[in-house]
Amino acid sequence: MTKKIVITGIGATTPIGGTARDSWKALLAGESGARTLEQEWVGQYELPVTFAATAQVQPADVLERHELKRLDPSSQFALIAGREAWADAGAPEVAPERLAIDWATGIGGVWTLLDAWDTLRERGPRRVLPMTVPMLMPNGPGAAVGMDLHARAGIRTVVSACASSTESLVNAWEHLQDGVADVVIAGGSEAAIHPVTIASFSSMQALSRRNDDPAIASRPYDVGRDGFVMGEGAAALVLETEEHAKARGARIYAELLGGAITSDAYHITAPDPEGSAAARAMKAAIEGAGASLADVRHVNAHATSTPVGDIAEYNALRRVFGDALDDIAVTATKASTGHLLGGAGAIESIFTVLALHERTAPPTINLDDQDPEIPLDVVTSPRPLGDGDLVAISNSFGFGGHNAVAAFRAV
Amino acid sequence: MAATREEVLGGLAELINDETGIATDTVELDKSFTDDLDIDSISMMTIVVNAEEKFDVKIPDEEVKNLKTVGDAVDFIVNAQA
Repeated sequence: MTKKIVITGIGATTPIGGTARDSWKALLAGESGARTLEQEWVGQYELPVTFAATAQVQPADVLERHELKRLDPSSQFALIAGREAWADAGAPEVAPERLAIDWATGIGGVWTLLDAWDTLRERGPRRVLPMTVPMLMPNGPGAAVGMDLHARAGIRTVVSACASSTESLVNAWEHLQDGVADVVIAGGSEAAIHPVTIASFSSMQALSRRNDDPAIASRPYDVGRDGFVMGEGAAALVLETEEHAKARGARIYAELLGGAITSDAYHITAPDPEGSAAARAMKAAIEGAGASLADVRHVNAHATSTPVGDIAEYNALRRVFGDALDDIAVTATKASTGHLLGGAGAIESIFTVLALHERTAPPTINLDDQDPEIPLDVVTSPRPLGDGDLVAISNSFGFGGHNAVAAFRAV
Repeated sequence: MAATREEVLGGLAELINDETGIATDTVELDKSFTDDLDIDSISMMTIVVNAEEKFDVKIPDEEVKNLKTVGDAVDFIVNAQA
């Protein structure tokens, strides 16, 4: 029998806030986390893109110095979000053997790896510190969260580019169904605002070039959209069986109905313009959990603000919902946060969960002139979602043709 | 110019604090790295590599296992500088 899985804790550190709650407030207030990069390397390498959505609160302001030294920034963000989510859930009493982690990252410890390469070339192998490999490995962030909270039912990390942390939620749901744990912390983190990644994403024409006005650069669905804005940070959700949550009297934000993963197998970076695999993921996430398409009233879209991607997702949505799509409140929160890559799915899941919990869809900023080819009902100021049964989905798609969708229900 | 014993102890305490968070004033000559300060082998090697740079000395890998206490390390560094 399928168990009910609920969300009882949230934590995040993002470009628009140092906590999940502060990020949500900033989102409702229509703020942008994109800012001009002040680092010396921007000018040194004459990068074509000179801004990004950097974390609003730096880990150095939150963590102890020795914690910082042993963790890549992607793990530092993970630890901050994981601790907040755990505290928010009321630090559940659970046997370590019944607590698991399902984490995600798109890139891993890119700063650690490339700093070590510089050190090796400039100062020789003796100066490459022993923690280099444990810091750069992509399972490092999940391990940091799991070690901190003594999770001994397995620490798993999924790597599927920008779909990663929605996949981690789907995996967490399955692990709770399988009975390997009573409580799972799912999430994702990314700290990849690095000259190499900026140069690479720029070369593929994926990033917005609005260097003169970063705050309006991420503009999903707008005719003037010209690419995504790199973001960084982490988000974590505490998931548990409803039975476990109720037995301990926990506050329940929403139910994770389930999720689905499909793949395009079409192109390494471009989405299938027909969106058939993405549509299949949405349908499976909703119907697999026993909900009906008609229950869905809110979508937190992947919508990165690229010319091609936003349309492909629209096509997939239309394929799933048909005419009913016109009555669904769609939000693209990357307009505010930028694109957290491997952390995107988790922060957007938190925003979806809070939208259900507060029955309010958050806004999409910077939509001045909606693309006529994308006739969606885009939420541009906080909008009440009304009473009654309420289901929402959060979409994430990644390079490699990964499609991941999580479906949630208001409680 | 070579550092004095006191300067080496102070510098080593800073490196240990930096790596592990252990307060500098608890890093004393008779403290064992493993038993008293609870420093694991990865942290020990990090401290050794950083100490080589800070004091401009070489601490061979095979020598590290002989550095049981903070005093052993201070003595080694002071002698290696000479």
